[in-house]
Amino acid sequence: MTVILFTAIILLGSYFAGLLGSLTGLGGGFIIIPLLTLVLHVDIHYAIGASIVSVIATSSGAAAAYVKEGITNIRLGMFLEIATTIGAFTGAVLAVYVPPSYIAIIFGAILITSAIMSLREKVDHIVTRQTNFAKRLKLGGTFPDQGKTISYGVTHVAGGFFMMIFAGLISGLLGIGSGALKVVAMDNVMRIPFKVSTTTSNFMIGVTAAASAVVYIQRGYIHPGIVMPVVVGVLLGALSGSKILVQSTSSGWLRWLFASIITIIAFQMIYNGFAGKI
Amino acid sequence: MALQEKSKGFKDADMQSVIGWILRGGVIVSMTVVVIGGVLFLWHHGHSTPDFGTFNKIPYFISSPEGIFAGVIHGRGQAIIQLGIIILIATPILRVIFAVIAFALEKDRLYALISLIVLFIILASMLTGRIG
Repeated sequence: MTVILFTAIILLGSYFAGLLGSLTGLGGGFIIIPLLTLVLHVDIHYAIGASIVSVIATSSGAAAAYVKEGITNIRLGMFLEIATTIGAFTGAVLAVYVPPSYIAIIFGAILITSAIMSLREKVDHIVTRQTNFAKRLKLGGTFPDQGKTISYGVTHVAGGFFMMIFAGLISGLLGIGSGALKVVAMDNVMRIPFKVSTTTSNFMIGVTAAASAVVYIQRGYIHPGIVMPVVVGVLLGALSGSKILVQSTSSGWLRWLFASIITIIAFQMIYNGFAGKI
Repeated sequence: MALQEKSKGFKDADMQSVIGWILRGGVIVSMTVVVIGGVLFLWHHGHSTPDFGTFNKIPYFISSPEGIFAGVIHGRGQAIIQLGIIILIATPILRVIFAVIAFALEKDRLYALISLIVLFIILASMLTGRIG
């Protein structure tokens, strides 16, 4: 295989990874790492490096739009970034010591968990009262919804904070955005409205990924020959995905289809991890 | 914007538009640089055989800032791609630096401090990156 062909295959695969990641809301990293390792037999360290760079590109691109609309809660995001960056830094350092086969197994497990969570019915919370701690940190806010301004409060700050350390750790260890875990921390623990939690999670993903990318780049995980087609492909795919979402909301069977594909990929990663092929 | 409280609205809205601008600009600039480097890289090395099956770090000439700088000057594709990647990684970090300044301007000391803590964690990550 020549470099041109290799680049073309990764570019095409990354485009679909970005598209699928955007449609499912799971992010491109979930597909890109299995594609590179299982299909193209790229070493997992390079795959993780390429994935984290594509995560920064897609989250920054999307966050730029959300922030301007005034939905993202910047204070909440900045506060929780303390947790996610500590986690990401720890995870990136741990990645050096954890054997690649273990990383593949953990990756599969997180992938299955996220696929299940993407299928659950989403319950929107709006808390009007908030704890003293949340009040002192000015975590509550408002967001525009169909011409109206909706205000909300935040609860269980400490619990959400610890969950965010874990989300950051997984992000740094596996090279993914771990947006699903961030949304759980904000939706289920801190009781933040869905619209705010998804956009604020996206806002935080870029900074979280940057905290581990600065470690990866010095360790030689970020190889220009692989990152170039991955980041361009994923970004273009995510752009296409965001256009589709505007036109049609993903129906039930489509979500099941995506979840099934992702579960199959997850089992492949776990199997190859146990077999020592990764 | 009507959705903000009047007392703090103006500056928070300002901050939102600048952050949006930083993120969008960073992505556009970095992707342009990556694509330019990619075209040069494929032009020169397109017909060689890729070898990423075993982890062997990255080519020596792009493993230091000086090396990347020299490579960019000499128009080497991989060095230019790496520069683009560094600009992309710097984008969210720049957004945190801006948040420190913006919260300080809003006289929100608590959040200027919180943003500063995030910045220090990233710096610590950067400085200890080679260890281990």
